Amino acid sequence: MKTADAHLSRPFWMGVLARASSSEVAALLGPLPPYEMIKRPETGTVMVEGRAGGGGRRFNVGEATMTRCVVRLPDGTMGFSYALGRDRKKAEQAAVIDALLQGNGEEKGALLRHIDRLANDQKERRELASRKAAATKVNFFTLVRGDG
Amino acid sequence: MYVAVKGGEAAILATHDLVAEERRGDVSVPELSVAQIREQMQLAVARVMNEGSLYDEDLSALALKQAQGDMIEAAFLMRAYRTTLPRFGSSVPLDTSNMAIRRRISATYKDLPGGQVLGPTYDYTHRLFDFALMASGEAPEAQTSADRLDAAMPRVPDILGDEGLMEAELPPEGDPRPFDLTRDPIEFPADRDVRLQTLARGDEGFLLGLAYSVQRGFGGNHPFAGEIRLGEVAVEFVPEELGFAVDLGDITLTECQMVNQFQGSKDQPPQFTRGYGLSFGHAERKAMSMAILDRSLKAREFGEAADYPAQQEEFVLYHADNVEASGFVEHLKLPHYVDFQGELELLRKIRREQEERAATMKEAAE
Repeated sequence: MKTADAHLSRPFWMGVLARASSSEVAALLGPLPPYEMIKRPETGTVMVEGRAGGGGRRFNVGEATMTRCVVRLPDGTMGFSYALGRDRKKAEQAAVIDALLQGNGEEKGALLRHIDRLANDQKERRELASRKAAATKVNFFTLVRGDG
Repeated sequence: MYVAVKGGEAAILATHDLVAEERRGDVSVPELSVAQIREQMQLAVARVMNEGSLYDEDLSALALKQAQGDMIEAAFLMRAYRTTLPRFGSSVPLDTSNMAIRRRISATYKDLPGGQVLGPTYDYTHRLFDFALMASGEAPEAQTSADRLDAAMPRVPDILGDEGLMEAELPPEGDPRPFDLTRDPIEFPADRDVRLQTLARGDEGFLLGLAYSVQRGFGGNHPFAGEIRLGEVAVEFVPEELGFAVDLGDITLTECQMVNQFQGSKDQPPQFTRGYGLSFGHAERKAMSMAILDRSLKAREFGEAADYPAQQEEFVLYHADNVEASGFVEHLKLPHYVDFQGELELLRKIRREQEERAATMKEAAE
């Protein structure tokens, strides 16, 4: 079996899951394994902070909705999920996936490959947006007038 | 004086039904979906998120639908909903130098690292109607370049800062938690964090008008748009139970860095001064207005005479919030029967006394 890339660390897969759509996360898992709900999916807000000038004094820009969830597998592994938005179903599934990815169960390899694929899709979407922006980049040229 | 008066319940219920029918409009026209508003009215969605001070594109679209497109009513719905939610904490401060850029322009440098990227903008359109939009057309397709944008896109004030020509922008000692006006009342003089939060959720029209007044001479600044950038930035959050930063996903932001004329002192040779604007979504006019006002409100720090409205923080900060402002202006619609009766009585009394006095004087004269 292909070993997982070194970049597949926990903060990495949590970020990939947070960015993934509800249907993408649902597609990662077949039937959910047994687990216990520790903290039901809950929607609240996070106060988004910025910095004056980009790097100076912190200030509050405004809040954003976010949803979190905590589950526990029968072997005691805790799974967490945190993501912007109000998707409770995704929050629960992502927490289960987070728990499974920390263990060494048979599904881990396949899950990691799925995470890698999702990460690639997300990267490709960013690249495409960047390439569309790049098409609007100004190429200046100078007109030479007179005999110079 | 307030006197409880009962009645009007049936009328209120009927008006709810009536406004629902009006909102739907002609039923032979297909109903708007929230997803359509979110995808096709993105700039309106951004404005409601800013003034509602809550980033959630779906809720903002719903608010616009429910409010029949009334931006301030929609912002009010966002504010009201927010109060029902628990707050899990604050994010790690956003790093806008790490933005996935879709637009980035500078009016101060033609050639800057990363280049001038126009992105999606109406700036170069002719403002002529596109009647083709009246018919449903095919999905338009943008051009794509073979290469992505440069990875390094330095923020313009940082370029000037490297030369020492720009006012430094550093966190105060200890990098303190910012003031939060949703938790504590504003006090004056207000610090920069208080001002920036108030401006970020302030009414775009109010900020725009004041920024315009600064440019027209009621504020004495001469701003250059050092940089405007639009794109996606990751929001990071450190849950107590994990103890490491978790990436919550991306939000779209517009950032504006205004470069203003010089200030110096005994110890500090003259430098350009800064104004900063940051908005949710694509909201350039808002971010630019905010940046101009951020600078004009630094009058006290720079020892400038605060002669104009845009330099007077109490004036700007107390009147920028459109939900509060419309609450106070529109409360005049509510019954003031008893207050008004009082005024009416008073007016009658004054006139009666005046007539009596006139009559007495007339008698005395005769």
